[in-house]
Amino acid sequence: MNRSVAETRERVEKSLKRRRWAELRFKTYGLCAVLLGLSFVVLLFGSLIAQGWSAFRQAYVVIEVHYDPAVLNPEGTATADDLAVADYAALVRTSLKTRFPDVEGRAATKQLAALVSNSAAQTMQKRLAEDPKRMGQRETLRVLASDKVDQLLKGRIDRTVPEADRAVSDQQLAWIDALVKDGSLSLAFNKGFFTQGDSREPEQAGVWGAVVGTLYTLAMTLALSFPIAVAAAIYLEEFARRNRWTDLIEVNINNLAAVPSIVFGLLGLAVFLNIFGMPRSAPLVGGLVLTLLTLPTIIIASRAALKAVPPSIREAALGMGASKVQMVTHHVLPLAMPGILTGTIIGMARALGETAPLLMIGMVAFIVDVPKGLTDPATVLPVQIFLWADSPERAFIERTSAAILVLLLFLVVMNATAVILRNRFERRW
Amino acid sequence: MSSATAPNEPAVAGLPVPVNCKTVGRVTVDNALLSARGVNVFYSGKQAIQEVSIDISRNEVLAMIGPSGCGKSTFLRCLNRMNDTIEGARVTGSIVLDGQDIYDKRQDVVQLRARVGMVFQKPNPFPKSIYENVAYGPRIHGLAADRVELDEIVHTSLQRAGLWDEVKDRLNNPGTSLSGGQQQRLCIARTIAVNPEVILMDEPCSALDPIATARIEDLIDELRASYAIAIVTHSMQQAARVSQRTAYFHLGDLIEVGETDRIFTNPRHKLTEDYITGRFG
Amino acid sequence: MSTSALLLVLAALATFAYWSGKQRSLKLVGGGRGIRRLHSLPSYYGLLTALWCGLPALLIMGLWLMLQDTVITALVKSHLPAALSHQNAGQMGLLFNDIKNIVLGNIPADGARAEVRAAALDYQRLRGIASLSLTGLVLAAAVAGLALVRARIHPELRARNAVEKIVEFLLLGSSMLAIFVTLGIVLSVLYESLRFFNAVSVQEFLLGLTWSPQTALRADQVGSSGAFGAVPLFLGTVMISGIAMVVAVPVGLFSAIYLAEYANRGFRAWVKPVLEILAGIPTVVYGFFAALTVGPLLRQFGEHIGLHVASESALAAGLVMGIMIIPFISSLADDMITAVPQSLRDGAYALGATRSETIRNVVLRAALPGIVGGVLLAISRAIGETMIVVMAAGLAANLTGNPLEAVTTVTVQIVTLLTGDQEFDSPKTLAAFALGLVLFLVTLVLNVVALQVVRKYREQYE
Repeated sequence: MNRSVAETRERVEKSLKRRRWAELRFKTYGLCAVLLGLSFVVLLFGSLIAQGWSAFRQAYVVIEVHYDPAVLNPEGTATADDLAVADYAALVRTSLKTRFPDVEGRAATKQLAALVSNSAAQTMQKRLAEDPKRMGQRETLRVLASDKVDQLLKGRIDRTVPEADRAVSDQQLAWIDALVKDGSLSLAFNKGFFTQGDSREPEQAGVWGAVVGTLYTLAMTLALSFPIAVAAAIYLEEFARRNRWTDLIEVNINNLAAVPSIVFGLLGLAVFLNIFGMPRSAPLVGGLVLTLLTLPTIIIASRAALKAVPPSIREAALGMGASKVQMVTHHVLPLAMPGILTGTIIGMARALGETAPLLMIGMVAFIVDVPKGLTDPATVLPVQIFLWADSPERAFIERTSAAILVLLLFLVVMNATAVILRNRFERRW
Repeated sequence: MSSATAPNEPAVAGLPVPVNCKTVGRVTVDNALLSARGVNVFYSGKQAIQEVSIDISRNEVLAMIGPSGCGKSTFLRCLNRMNDTIEGARVTGSIVLDGQDIYDKRQDVVQLRARVGMVFQKPNPFPKSIYENVAYGPRIHGLAADRVELDEIVHTSLQRAGLWDEVKDRLNNPGTSLSGGQQQRLCIARTIAVNPEVILMDEPCSALDPIATARIEDLIDELRASYAIAIVTHSMQQAARVSQRTAYFHLGDLIEVGETDRIFTNPRHKLTEDYITGRFG
Repeated sequence: MSTSALLLVLAALATFAYWSGKQRSLKLVGGGRGIRRLHSLPSYYGLLTALWCGLPALLIMGLWLMLQDTVITALVKSHLPAALSHQNAGQMGLLFNDIKNIVLGNIPADGARAEVRAAALDYQRLRGIASLSLTGLVLAAAVAGLALVRARIHPELRARNAVEKIVEFLLLGSSMLAIFVTLGIVLSVLYESLRFFNAVSVQEFLLGLTWSPQTALRADQVGSSGAFGAVPLFLGTVMISGIAMVVAVPVGLFSAIYLAEYANRGFRAWVKPVLEILAGIPTVVYGFFAALTVGPLLRQFGEHIGLHVASESALAAGLVMGIMIIPFISSLADDMITAVPQSLRDGAYALGATRSETIRNVVLRAALPGIVGGVLLAISRAIGETMIVVMAAGLAANLTGNPLEAVTTVTVQIVTLLTGDQEFDSPKTLAAFALGLVLFLVTLVLNVVALQVVRKYREQYE
């Protein structure tokens, strides 16, 4: 080299300042990216919890009701069927008017009645059906307040807004304040959210129907996808010779794992509903579609688990004179099981969060009843979230966030199980 | 270890050797370029090197030999702070390059490595063209003002690495397309393109066939004219062929240092003798 | 007999078959001591009997149930009086809904027309016959299988080999399912698409600039024809995916680099799982986040600086989709970066390269094919993502390049066209399948290319 060492050193030194700066900049970009990612997590969870937390409490109002025979059974000839459709709402109104005797006129009465959910009348009807002796008696009932009252108590309706733009009128505000003051209107744990099905009225809407639908759908998915996926993985890993055929299967599986989920929905609609005539909105079909969707995930995870079992185990079994099937069922499969189960749980977690393909097969219908079987119309949690997110009522926003929190809780439990399973049982060879 | 001669030697350009140095033979040289004094290396708390002191001088090849796991590679990697890249590695003692401690807080590791280059056990060309492999160092250090100068550096570096004639028609082929021996010479060209003062070589021929090895050994001998070279090798023949001085390591200790001829003909320490005569290793 | 009851009976029969086969094999060799004379363990003779008893019966049952409804419907249709059978397919569908509802007791039969009531009775009668014959057929198959195998059991029968052959066959069948699923997707989507292209030409669909799939209720209505030019959809999809990539690629890549090359072990151990949480969140949650948090936020911000941002803007959907894809990119990039051998890094460090120089010039360059493959997979995911865009991107098929306006995407249109009641032969619903076909083909190409690239890359460093 014709350049002197000193000259080289000088040039290197000259470059140093710029390069240190570049280094710092690069490192800062990286740190910023990480922090940005973390802040997204915080923002997402923060906004969900801030919006959804209040849904676990609900406004209840205590009213004194009278099962007035003059309203329910004016002629004294009502059968049980007649009683079921009698005007309980009138009794609720009367009860409220007794509480605020100075309310006059239809409009004011209507405003007053709007403080209480229309489920109050249903509660009365149910209690009378339970015990007909209540006819003519008075009792104190704790019933749901309407969604607007609920939102006001939670501070989501701004009192300072001019009356015309506010969902609650000045008069209603006064009544609400009076009720709160004497302790008959307050927030309490929202049991209905966890025990009821969907409803058009936000204060009556719960996730239980969707949770049950989810359980049926996932049970169906698990029952089909686990055995099939494990069988496929065993075949590909232990029995198949490498040839074009198995290559084709492998490419197919890898590709299916990346096909948009909505395409599986199209398949379900075209094949299960239209060709086989299966019922719409049913967990049965939902389970079938999600099976196809999760199969690739579980197969890939199971193959990895089987591959991790060292060949020496196989040789030992074969050396003892075990057949190939015996080698797999007695040795390889039990050793790979923790990994397979972990993969299965992760696959099921993915299925739990899927929405799009279920929209295609009609699980998007408005369903009030809790499903009782695989062929009953049902919905699932993510779809319930989608439906609620679309509802215009203010109170549905917090219900949606709360439902998301429930869904995330399920996911956390499943993933935690997977992690524990992996740490506990997975062997490193 | 009665012959504790080292501390008594006059150190002309070098530093005083710690009194607890147990190495047999003279560890210092007259015009030392790089001097290690009392170097210890710990990996995650476990000690890999104990109290090593040695000088490396200009225009000389120092061979480090010893059984595997003796710490010779570890010591070599200390000399340009490659151990920094290993998590949990800690180095104590001092290593001085031209009067400056390379483990000093103010020492820029980038600058250091531009002065102390390294060639690795397995050839590791970058996934770039042959030209770019050699031009990479000058580029990042800003050694070439323009393309002409860069071409010149690439040309001379490849020529001095003895690779120019083989690759001059395919400078744009990927570096990985070369044979193993050519790749290693490419790595050497890459190193000398930065115009370093010291070149460290970590078993540079262990992945090569005998013919390629011979070429690299010739090259090392030529490079000695311009650089200080320290080479780790597990082959005693190689040490004897290429080096002027030899250091024998054993279990993290520097046992003996001396003129290569003397070490191989007349080892003073029992362990050195056992190794050289093939009793273990 | 109901399906579940039949299944239970079948299970009981199979259990009996197992026991019976096992006993027979034992009896042939004179009990426990004679087992050596048997070719296989007695349990294999039991298994073989049980499999032959259960499998054919199950197969018959599955096929029957799949086809039953279609066949009965066709039969009822052929028995219909002429007045009813000359209807178009839509009315026919409604009629059959009525018939089924009458049979199930959902609507009172006395309200229906006499012909419909007769058809309902016909339907019910056929179902009764079907159910009875299914029960008979399945049980006969089960018993026949049992008897046949049981009679053939003798000590030299290679029961284990036979059982294993069956098991292996079942395993093969399971692995073939993947191919059937792909075939099912292609055939079903293709079939409906071809029907669509009978009504609308391929050029019009792929190159047309107007999308308004509403077909009119009355023939004389304005705009009754409906327009099926999908270009606005494609552009909307590309724009939203593009925005998502602009967010996800730099953030994902840089966080992967930071975590793999700079962060210490403790930081990495905490941050990586937290970032991966983003990957586990269902897309419907992102959709909600986009529609209710990010969308309004952007609009307010736009008002603030004097820009009009639509409440359902492409930007909001794209941004949130980008957030969703960050962990996907970062974990793939992390894999690729850690796969780059340390020796390459050492080579650069030894030349005096700084850390960032090493990463940019050596590590990323070596990992480039893998990262490109990962990004391709991410694009395929963005294109196919549905819920975020359904909830946050809107329905208006605007042909615009402005990300602040509402656009619509292929997946949004598929969902809108197919949710709710639909008739199966209107171009409107069939258009959804044509869109699905395009979506499937585009993602297929992306996936196959990406997977190939990633695999090649992995092999290089293994």
